[in-house]
Amino acid sequence: MARKTTQTRKAVVTALAWAIGFLIFFPILWTILMSFKSEGDAIKAPLDMLAAPWSLESYGEVQTRSNYALHFWNSVILSFGSTLLALVIAIPAAWAMAFVPGKRTKDLLMWMLSTKMMPAVGVLVPMYLMFRDLGLLDSRSGLVVVLTLINLPIVIWMLYTYFKEIPGEILEAARMDGASLRSEILYVLTPMAIPGIASTMLLNIILAWNEAFWTLQLTTSDAAPLTQFIASYSSPEGLFYAKLSAASTMAIAPILILGWFSQKQLVRGLTFGAVK
Amino acid sequence: MATAHSRTAARLMVSPAVILLFLWMIVPLGMTIYFSFLRYNLLTPGTSFAGFDNYYYFLTQAAFWDALRNTITLVVGVLLITVFGGIGLALLLDQPMWGQGIVRVMVIAPFFVMPTVSALVWKNMFMNPVNGMFAHIAKGLGLQPYDFLSQAPLASIILIVAWSWLPFSTLILLTALQSLDREQQEAAEMDGASPLARFWYLTIPHLTRSITVVILIQTIFLLSVFAEILVTTNGGPGTASTNLPYLVYAQSLLSFDVGGGSAGGIIAVILANIVAFFLMRMIGKNLEA
Repeated sequence: MARKTTQTRKAVVTALAWAIGFLIFFPILWTILMSFKSEGDAIKAPLDMLAAPWSLESYGEVQTRSNYALHFWNSVILSFGSTLLALVIAIPAAWAMAFVPGKRTKDLLMWMLSTKMMPAVGVLVPMYLMFRDLGLLDSRSGLVVVLTLINLPIVIWMLYTYFKEIPGEILEAARMDGASLRSEILYVLTPMAIPGIASTMLLNIILAWNEAFWTLQLTTSDAAPLTQFIASYSSPEGLFYAKLSAASTMAIAPILILGWFSQKQLVRGLTFGAVK
Repeated sequence: MATAHSRTAARLMVSPAVILLFLWMIVPLGMTIYFSFLRYNLLTPGTSFAGFDNYYYFLTQAAFWDALRNTITLVVGVLLITVFGGIGLALLLDQPMWGQGIVRVMVIAPFFVMPTVSALVWKNMFMNPVNGMFAHIAKGLGLQPYDFLSQAPLASIILIVAWSWLPFSTLILLTALQSLDREQQEAAEMDGASPLARFWYLTIPHLTRSITVVILIQTIFLLSVFAEILVTTNGGPGTASTNLPYLVYAQSLLSFDVGGGSAGGIIAVILANIVAFFLMRMIGKNLEA
């Protein structure tokens, strides 16, 4: 009897959860479906659109009408470039704070975090003028630096929380055995730190890929990543639903896949370790 | 244990990050403060000292109060939807069910969609009064299609932003729920506590801290919503959907009023710092534990 009620309950919960999940996911699903229709069919009523024949023409047209590959490549360069640069700066810093903590380590961490609290719009004017005067507007190198700096605090924090979990005794043991600082880092710490570094990297690529303040303000065409390229569809191009769908699908697909792998790290990274 | 040698090494390792972040924080912000006291328009040559004039004009224009009201409405509106929706969804997803992994993936997906894509998909494919899905549904029911983004621009933007952030609150609250002490729950159940009593006296207190974290972190991000407004309404009609970041952007980069825009930027910084103060205290407390 009790067995039966739990099964019924489970069925009800399942139905409800699937319905809500489907509803939340629907706009993404709809965009993907629409990207495989022709332009004329995409604006038809929903059921007629679904019944229309499938086609790949929108994907081809997105590339021929505007250089889609360039913008995709820009997104790749910006997100990977800024992530790697941030890791190079953050790994030594987080390592030092986790394993050689001083009296002021906590204050330092909190201060780093506080730089993340500054709203971007507060420095929009000087950044724009500086970029203009240095000829960095619409350049990838300038934007890589900005994206590195805005995500650096999160990267340091995430790495710090991961490094903290590496037991200190292992280091002591290595030191007793006469390991130098260099071999300590290379042979003891690095293998244990790689999972944490990988998750940090993943989350940061996602954040940089989707960053939509500085990429919109500081690029126009040559260095424009996908955020800016898609924004150019706001009018009147946006009325070409099938092409907008195709461009959007390609823009979000890589990150959706990466994102699904990083669910756990997402919580930790975005709450600065406050929720694990 | 740490030797003087390793201390020096540690300092050297931390310093690049510290110097970079220090410069990043101080240089542009210092320039914004400096510009905010100048009469400085990109269209007219020369600058002159303006005292607090820029602040005076920025704060007394009608658009500022509209923008402030819209900013607060946007933040509060999205928070209400995502916090209550997030609690509900997290409780639901925590129950035993078939295909939990797939549901989880579907619920989290919107968080990974870049803001310009989510805003344009909603604007064109759903809210468009002629070809959008809502218009098709309305016509199917024999109703007049509703022009969401011109009739209710702010509410529509709240809906779009809430859709992007609901996964975040759900994911965090679900993570918190899963760390709930099962034995405590079972003990309460054996002592005859009703499901409602267990929810109120065990689950809610356990979630309080995570809910606070969700509210504070989202507020930081929601105070800076920009791309969604840029691609949907451009702040309009009039100033109906202009928030503070958008107003600063419009004033400095569309009207070229560097002085006025900078004053607005500083006001945005002050507002964000009030929120940040509380957030930092929360995270700081956690760091000691």
